[in-house]
Amino acid sequence: MSIEYLGLSEINGPLIALEGVQDAFYEEIVELTVDGKKRELGRIIECYEDKAVIQVFGGTDNMSLQNTHTKLTGRPMEVALSPDILGRTFNGIGEPIDGLGEIESDIRRNVNGQPMNPVMREYPRNYIRTGFSAIDGLTTLIRGQKLPIFSGNGLPHDQLAAQLVKQASLGEDSEEEFAVVFAAMGVKHDVADFFRRAFEESGVSEHVAMFLNLANDPVVERLITPKVALTVAEYLAFECGMHILVILTDMTSFAEAMREVSSSKGEIPSRKGYPGYLYSELATIYERAGIVQGVNGSVTQIPILTMPNDDITHPIPDLTGYITEGQVVLDRVLNGQGVYPPISVLPSLSRLMKDGIGAGYTREDHQDLANQLFSSYAKVGDARALASVIGEDELSPIDKKYLAFGKAFEEHFVGQGPNENRTIQETLDIGWELLGMLPREELDRINTKILDQYYHPMDEEQ
Amino acid sequence: MSKTGVIYGINGPVVYLKGNTGFKMAEMVYVGEEKLVGEVIGLDKDTTTVQVFEETTGIKPGEIVEASGDAISVLLAPGILNNIFDGIERPLSEIAKTGGAYISRGTVVDSLDKEKLWDAHMTVTVGTEVTGGTIICEVPETSAIVHKVMVPPDMEGTIVKVVPDGKYTICDTIAVLQMYDGSERELTMAQKWPIRVPRPTQKRYPATRPLITGQRIVDTLFPIAKGGTAAVPGGFGTGKTMTQHQIAKWSDADIIIYIGCGERGNEMTQVLEDFSKLVDPKSGNPLMDRTALIANTSNMPVAAREASIYTGVTLAEYYRDMGYDVAIMADSTSRWAEALRELSGRLEEMPAEEGFPAYLASRLSAFYERAGMMLNLNGTEGSVSIIGAVSPQGGDFSEPVTQNTKRFVRCFWGLDKSLAYARHFPAIHWLSSYSEYAIDLAPWYKDYVSKEFTDCRNRLMVILNQESSLMEIVKLIGSDVLPDDQKLLLEIARVVRLGFLQQNAFHPDDTCVSMEKQMKMMQTILYLYDRSKALVTMNMPMSVLKAENIFEKVIAMKYDIPNDHLEKFEEYKQAIDAFYDCVLEKNA
Repeated sequence: MSIEYLGLSEINGPLIALEGVQDAFYEEIVELTVDGKKRELGRIIECYEDKAVIQVFGGTDNMSLQNTHTKLTGRPMEVALSPDILGRTFNGIGEPIDGLGEIESDIRRNVNGQPMNPVMREYPRNYIRTGFSAIDGLTTLIRGQKLPIFSGNGLPHDQLAAQLVKQASLGEDSEEEFAVVFAAMGVKHDVADFFRRAFEESGVSEHVAMFLNLANDPVVERLITPKVALTVAEYLAFECGMHILVILTDMTSFAEAMREVSSSKGEIPSRKGYPGYLYSELATIYERAGIVQGVNGSVTQIPILTMPNDDITHPIPDLTGYITEGQVVLDRVLNGQGVYPPISVLPSLSRLMKDGIGAGYTREDHQDLANQLFSSYAKVGDARALASVIGEDELSPIDKKYLAFGKAFEEHFVGQGPNENRTIQETLDIGWELLGMLPREELDRINTKILDQYYHPMDEEQ
Repeated sequence: MSKTGVIYGINGPVVYLKGNTGFKMAEMVYVGEEKLVGEVIGLDKDTTTVQVFEETTGIKPGEIVEASGDAISVLLAPGILNNIFDGIERPLSEIAKTGGAYISRGTVVDSLDKEKLWDAHMTVTVGTEVTGGTIICEVPETSAIVHKVMVPPDMEGTIVKVVPDGKYTICDTIAVLQMYDGSERELTMAQKWPIRVPRPTQKRYPATRPLITGQRIVDTLFPIAKGGTAAVPGGFGTGKTMTQHQIAKWSDADIIIYIGCGERGNEMTQVLEDFSKLVDPKSGNPLMDRTALIANTSNMPVAAREASIYTGVTLAEYYRDMGYDVAIMADSTSRWAEALRELSGRLEEMPAEEGFPAYLASRLSAFYERAGMMLNLNGTEGSVSIIGAVSPQGGDFSEPVTQNTKRFVRCFWGLDKSLAYARHFPAIHWLSSYSEYAIDLAPWYKDYVSKEFTDCRNRLMVILNQESSLMEIVKLIGSDVLPDDQKLLLEIARVVRLGFLQQNAFHPDDTCVSMEKQMKMMQTILYLYDRSKALVTMNMPMSVLKAENIFEKVIAMKYDIPNDHLEKFEEYKQAIDAFYDCVLEKNA
């Protein structure tokens, strides 16, 4: 039994209000019919006695207070789940847009998900080889991790993500089932096309589920897109036992959409006009990565966000960094110097790295080597600052060595070809080769035993 | 028949009820058909405002809200330790048994196991006069901790009935108390206490004993007292959580309450895994046996996040009342402040700085003031120390949570981004950090560590401060042009930074260092400084001194001297003497 309500009492941006409603509940999904044809979905975001405030996903164009019929569905936002979802393309609220028909399944899940119980989580330890030295060597990605890419407009984050998907899928454990869930929020058509092509070229498109909310699609839909995608990812990982890599791009658009809706609801803004619950809302998305005890699959998240004005202290990257387990930061200066991928290693970090590397995982010297590279590269910054004041010629010999090391590090360790897929061994060996440019007494982060085994000073003539 | 109200409106975690419901402020209520737990946060003639500790999806106007009659409180009894709870003291492992991998709504579980039989040893007899806090029964709760069951603070009278020693559950009556007005109360091992009310004590002592953490920069440079408060602010990736983990693992508190407030799920899993495996160096028992975890991860309901730090501090006070030293790790208080902001925004309160409610400062001070070294009602002494992580927005310490926290803590360990980038851990910056306890604790250090301790500590601070002003010059003109005595100072400061302040949490010896070793390391470094200074005054150039490799040797002593072979420091002293002679000889 579902009642249809005729007319509305108020329309304000993407929000409509309805009076005289019975039995409406918070977060319920409603169906709207405008002029008897257009069907839209909406979600109840506030209810007071017999009044409901509804957020319309598709936008409120053409609606008037008279021509709209509203039907309560009696359920929260749900998505149909089946392994057939892979290889398909959906819009931002999970409706197929590839013309292949609806997903037929009895399994429907609430897209809001539920918080994972910390006692049922398994601490992630298995690393994923990405083939990028800067990531594998210094900010190792771990299965079940959430590692965002902090980028800026015009930086090659899309190429990086696409190459990462391609190379990670060809890891050592290729017998395990691997799939990608791709969610686009407010991205340009070109970007969506780029990813589609990249997935086809690397032969993974049969294993990709795409959820596309493009830049000109309704803003409100964006708020649901990552939740739909993650519900699908959780199903594939924890019920079908697959290893899922979720790419969410661009989280900045998602946060902008929240701000837009929040302001039309008339809420009190906190930082830079974003609603006070931005942190909680981002957390409900990012925290859906992980591994459940006793289940084969895993959900690994790579959210991409463009930092407004390259500002890492902007609320979006800032709050993201507090929730995710590290970050990979792209740098405009490196990009300008033609280094690809332009990963700025110092602010980049992987919190789960320490437990997933070393003997038994990668190689015994990995942690020490990574610490030393970080520490030495941090000193390069000091040497460069000094050189910019007194000139390179006036530097002490050791500072000159640091300058040379810094240049080589950026070119040969961070920089690599757009199709180059390095093994962990290669990455670590390059690292040692670079450390060979520095005298042994400068290497204060490495255990003496490991130094004896791996350190080979470079000949002065070279 | 309990009072009820009818839901009128819902906005996220906030629910409005119509009419005068007769509920009390801060009363616990059950919301809707699913009986979600909530708390009354606002009352007026027409509306009652309730915050709900669970997701409110699916709640309809018209559903019933039922009052419980009690303020939101926690159950205090054996079984708290070696356990993990959510923000309102529901055990997560029990929730997992019913709900699987996810935390579903409206799960009704007991806070503590009511079936389990505990070995009780009664410490009172019939006729004993008892007051609030008197210990009536001792129960070995874990291998490390004896749980002391106390008379609730608001009761006194004479014991008229006692059960014999034996096995009882926390619900069994173990004694009957006749109050002075003649009424009789049955006492069990369990008592309830409202989380927002501090448990009473007789008096507060000044800080006199340090909380030894085994972390050199903390113990030596910026110590925290037992019963003290400290804040650890730092941007993301600077090692707040790591610092908290290290202190939770190695500090000499009897009991650790670890509050994961709005932080990552995987981090709590890691604490749970690590602490179950690690062994307490003092007692040889698993660390979890002295630990209770409160996990309200960032994706769990926001209102419960707000409650979680009060739950944590109430559990801590309860163990303090037994005479234990308790340390609370609150990671992170910023998430708690943001929960306040979020709820305040939903209530449409007038925002103050950066959208935080104006009562942020008073709430923070009320929380930190619950720390202290106390004389308990029963005459025992115990302490609650609070170490709160702060996650300032954009790593900027001028934001409201950091600034307000600074006003109420006496110990400030500022984490620094550039140190973290260079992977210098712990990334506590020696220039921005301070501890007001350093002076209060000086007598303790004099008596229990060494007479020279405070002098040595101050010399280290001077070296580090001088280094920072010299670095200003070096940044402009390079270090080559400095005179040799200043070059030596830079070199010694490097030894202090790398050899002393930097500490490797993953190294078996270096992860926790005794005060004795810290003192000896400090002395060795200063001895090296004195001898080198003597050489430099004799016009020996720094290049000659550096050629001897002694500085590297001293930097590596943290790894090279095992914690149980402190006599090896003597060899270092000899090596420094040999270095002195050798330089003199070569360049005479």
